[in-house]
Amino acid sequence: MTPARLSMHGIRKRFGATIALDGVDLHVAPGEVLALVGENGAGKSTLMRILAGALTPDGGTMTLDGGDYEPRAPVDARRHGVAMIHQELSLAPHLSVMENIVLGDELGPGPFVRWRDSRARAAAALARVGRDDIPLDDAAASRPIAEQQLIEIARAVAVGSRVLVFDEPTSSLGAADARRLLDLIRRLRAEGLAIIAISHVLEEVRAIADRVTILRDGRTVGGGAIDDLTTDQIITLMVGRDVDELYPRQPRTPGEVVLDLKEVAGERLPRDATLTVRRGEVFGIAGLVGAGRTELLRAIFGLDAVTRGRLRVGRLTGPASPTRHWAAGTGFVSEDRKTEGLALSWSVAENLCLPRLDRLARLGLVTPAAEDRAMARWVERLGIRCASVRQTLGALSGGNQQKVAIARLLFADVDLLLLDEPTRGIDVGSKAQIYALIDELASADPARAVLIVSSALPELLGVCDRIAVMTRGVLGPARDVAAWDAHGIMVDATGGAA
Amino acid sequence: MKVGALARSVGPLVGLIFVWVLFAVLNGGSFVQWSNQRLMLTQTAVVGTAAIGATLIIIAGGIDLSVGSTIALGTVVVGLLLDAGEPPLVAALGGIGAAMVCGLIIGTLVIGRLGGALTVIAGAILTGWLWARLGAPMPAAVGAGAVAATGLALLVRRFDARLPLAPFIVTLGMWGALRGLAKGLADNGQVHPPDATWVGGLLDRATVLPTGVWMFLGLALITGAALRYTRFGRHVYAIGSNEQTARLCGVRVERTKVWIYILGIGCAGLAALMQFSYLKAGDPTTAEGYELKVIAAVVIGGASLSGGEGTIRGTIIGALIMTVVDSGCTHLGIDNWVQEIVTGAMIVAAVALDRIRHRRAT
Repeated sequence: MTPARLSMHGIRKRFGATIALDGVDLHVAPGEVLALVGENGAGKSTLMRILAGALTPDGGTMTLDGGDYEPRAPVDARRHGVAMIHQELSLAPHLSVMENIVLGDELGPGPFVRWRDSRARAAAALARVGRDDIPLDDAAASRPIAEQQLIEIARAVAVGSRVLVFDEPTSSLGAADARRLLDLIRRLRAEGLAIIAISHVLEEVRAIADRVTILRDGRTVGGGAIDDLTTDQIITLMVGRDVDELYPRQPRTPGEVVLDLKEVAGERLPRDATLTVRRGEVFGIAGLVGAGRTELLRAIFGLDAVTRGRLRVGRLTGPASPTRHWAAGTGFVSEDRKTEGLALSWSVAENLCLPRLDRLARLGLVTPAAEDRAMARWVERLGIRCASVRQTLGALSGGNQQKVAIARLLFADVDLLLLDEPTRGIDVGSKAQIYALIDELASADPARAVLIVSSALPELLGVCDRIAVMTRGVLGPARDVAAWDAHGIMVDATGGAA
Repeated sequence: MKVGALARSVGPLVGLIFVWVLFAVLNGGSFVQWSNQRLMLTQTAVVGTAAIGATLIIIAGGIDLSVGSTIALGTVVVGLLLDAGEPPLVAALGGIGAAMVCGLIIGTLVIGRLGGALTVIAGAILTGWLWARLGAPMPAAVGAGAVAATGLALLVRRFDARLPLAPFIVTLGMWGALRGLAKGLADNGQVHPPDATWVGGLLDRATVLPTGVWMFLGLALITGAALRYTRFGRHVYAIGSNEQTARLCGVRVERTKVWIYILGIGCAGLAALMQFSYLKAGDPTTAEGYELKVIAAVVIGGASLSGGEGTIRGTIIGALIMTVVDSGCTHLGIDNWVQEIVTGAMIVAAVALDRIRHRRAT
């Protein structure tokens, strides 16, 4: 085995009371692709942020080509030749393609930039990623997402990176672009770069990786040459428990229809969605990021405009504001916990009570004491770990924050729950609790209806009764969960069947 | 957490006690007399009343740079109404109403209803024209203006654009426009009504405290309680804390924002009555720079300019701190320029202290 280009050994990191990493080991050699897999919240992003110098570890050592590697800041990592290609692209949208590639590393005398040299370098970098046809002077934002990603890769190779880290590289790409990107990664590997790819899609991992390292709950729990591991073995290591245990399922009896959509379209997305959801039913929507799933939920809840089609949500026919939906028994959990779902600077209790303050009001007055009382019950019921209900929500772990977001729906006592990526970025324990809760709501009397959007296929297959796949804004037919498997969903989602 | 919350509410109060004791020790006799306390409260009334409204706006993540101009406009409106022989109650309501209309215009612009703002302006012009040129009685003129504006608003609603504007920009524009309007209404001079009536006596010396000071303290109590105990109050904080979350949770963000500006700037209208009493005249050049004093009071009181935080109690204490420093320096015979430097330093220091405490809390 060739000596490692990059080694991370015994990396530890904690945030307040949460232990994010608890002794992680990772090695990658030149000319090798290492896949880093693990569930959301396993610590992958924390580990990569440490590698990229955005976080300082509490313990452990890192070496790069035999020398000590202790990046103090992202610019430090870049100088050492460690580059990240993020899931959310980090180009300066107003700058040109060329300016983005040489950004922070402009050549020139003194404070000036010698644009001719920069141009040449940018062009050479684009040629190396195989796309010298991208115009250098266009604004970065004007290029398609797939090209923006290549521009970012070009930026990394332009500064002579030795280690390239890809975070979910194909998550926002269509099938053809994804294939081209995987080819590029293989080519960069052949050039001798060390590559780390973080990915959820195990088929993809199998296609490009030489070795795999598996993280769970902040620890390295396994790994090795990809050919020595079966996909089932990898999943078992990732999840750490049997699938049946994670997804309880009590008998559910479908009742009246509480959500009925006919050819619903929004301003841009979705383009066409027809579905019905009944009480006592968990309905899943699968699809790629950007297919319009979130937009569909937002349109149902009145956060985005509905331009076409008929919809009936609970007791309300036609589009209605979120205010009316809350009052009529529909609740929504946003995929974006930090900026939309929750007010992190607010207390646990205030977040919980916001949609239905009227339930607490006496003569129009709401007292903090009433908020606290209402909250205390749900803290106990959902096992939300917090010092007090007055604690700032931002101080809680992601899983506990998410439980507060869901408790808000329970407090409002809704009949229809719209859940957008309800378990993204939270630990396995909280996930299991949320799955159990969904099952309880769907099988209780009176039963609730749940519409869930998720990118985690095992989760959809585990909790749902029926699933439909959304592809480029169009919602496909709903089928019983028994008729689906992960492969079939992916084929539909990527438009492979068409 | 408990300690942090305590420090938050107590911090500005400790500051107030500190500066008061400091000047009491330095000055001795004349500073600690009740008559001086009464004077300081009276001097705080105008800025303090306006700052109560500004607190609402700042908690909701907005800002109002036009407070000074609104106060000047208010004094002119009160002066003109009294000069024309309207009863004092009509004059007082007119001053406050003018400010609330300004708030309505600012609010509709902030949420991006350009057509809505224009209809309000049209209604206001109609009201003024009916009253001043045609001699219609005030209530009739206001009624006609409101009906016309509402009708127009319903008409343009379908075509109205959604073009939200930053409150900083909207109120910067109003800062200039409202002062210009005040000057135009007052014909570039001052308005001296023959009888200033009880409106002119709001801040006059009284046995215990002037009526205006009671109004200021009462408004503080009511607003403070409303922020803490009403849904509207919780929604103000929610919008400032995270507007998207508020919308998601069914808060009618746009409507609430408009109300925040109407009520917040309505407070500036009440401040205008007190300023009128102070001047006994309507003066379009008065209250210059008050917008910054008002913001300073709110910020010293612990509010965050990025929204979501702040209390009325803090704001009142912030306004009092500024008055105590002014008054104390004057008693010591310290030059005005030194006072201005001290006040400036205090604003920065208060915010810096707040930052430090924040860092410790997280």
